[in-house]
Amino acid sequence: MSNQRPDGVTPSQTVGPYFKYGLTPNGEYEWNDAFTNNLLTPDVSGDRIRVEGKVFDGDGAVVVDCMLEIWQADGQGRFSDPQDKRALPNSSFKGFGRCGTDKTGGYAFDTIKPGSVPDPDGNPQAPHILLAVFARGMLLHLYTRIYFDDEAGNAGDPVLAQVPADRRATLIATRQTGNAYTFDVHLQGDRETVFFDV
Amino acid sequence: MTLLYPLQSLAAHPARLSPDYRSTVKRSPSRPLIPIRHTLSELTGPVYGHETVREHDNDLTIQAKGEPLGERIIVHGHVLDEDGRGVPNTLVELWQANACGRYVHVVDQHPAPLDPNFTGAGRTQSDASGYYKFITIKPGAYPWGNHHNAWRPAHIHFSVFGHSFVSRLVTQMYFPGDPLFPFDPIFNSVTDEKARMRMVSSFDLENTKPEWALCYRFDIVLRGQSATPMETK
Ligand SMILES: [Fe+2]
Repeated sequence: MSNQRPDGVTPSQTVGPYFKYGLTPNGEYEWNDAFTNNLLTPDVSGDRIRVEGKVFDGDGAVVVDCMLEIWQADGQGRFSDPQDKRALPNSSFKGFGRCGTDKTGGYAFDTIKPGSVPDPDGNPQAPHILLAVFARGMLLHLYTRIYFDDEAGNAGDPVLAQVPADRRATLIATRQTGNAYTFDVHLQGDRETVFFDV
Repeated sequence: MTLLYPLQSLAAHPARLSPDYRSTVKRSPSRPLIPIRHTLSELTGPVYGHETVREHDNDLTIQAKGEPLGERIIVHGHVLDEDGRGVPNTLVELWQANACGRYVHVVDQHPAPLDPNFTGAGRTQSDASGYYKFITIKPGAYPWGNHHNAWRPAHIHFSVFGHSFVSRLVTQMYFPGDPLFPFDPIFNSVTDEKARMRMVSSFDLENTKPEWALCYRFDIVLRGQSATPMETK
């Protein structure tokens, strides 16, 4: 390996239409899944939830060849990563999941409700899940956040506060019956999801 | 080690709306992205156990009963951060077409043969120095419907994680000197030539194995810089 400083990062390219057999085979192809849409582990503590929804393009058509990845803290707001110096992992919860959309553009994750994570000033952020969106036609993935409509902390969340009020709802999953939340992703258009420049 | 992820690093990437690649037109946001400060959520990322990668997952030529057809190749390199330090123990996933330019994916209807001995999926973990290595088959070019007589240059899809969720990268590795480069809107969506060439592997004679396989080197540079800039020599 050279010790020269590289010119810059390797540019992103689209995940394309054919990632499924390699990244999300999910029993439809013989390759094994490194990750699935089920983040639950037997020993995990916290409220078990399902987050589900559909992905739409600028015409309102469902996106059937999309890959979604989530990253989140555990129920106590700690990340399963040694870079989180506060972390005292008490379970095998990894906090990472991956799901390909189906023929209806739908996806679902089974996970736990994350706890609150501090912002760089130490102020609490409302519980949220990071979501990365990849698809054919997307040369670079998009980042957004999934908040929850039954969290009082949303009102004081420093990230939501930066989002124009009329677009904030695009970041908030709505509770259905039982433990399910709905969160649709609109890549473009009147209902376009807020994406973050991070 | 504390790493920073300045937004300037993102300038190397393609514009999300790149109309020559038609599918971007309805799949790119029309409103500006909202900048936010990086919090722990952005600055951490998944860590994998050894169960994620099995022993031969990086050799795509021994996954089936027989050997796949095509030109056997070695693809290796380092996963690096922007300061040139190796990114250790990070997951590298790969998927590709077979030697004829056909994917196993059911949606791929290109009239080229499937190879019963080639799936085209692999994964590995970089070692302590960031080094990774795959053995595979050189993929073929394939047609796509973007425009009249559109063909993708031969490429291998890569997915890499890195130190944090914001260092996540999905890209494509190309082969040096491909005559299809000037005509491919996905390759040319990266408008800066130097940046574009970072997606092109280099032929590696030194690590080519006599009587066995050509070797290509592909270093993958992820976001992440030291908090204090490194001295450049
Ligand atoms: Fe491809």
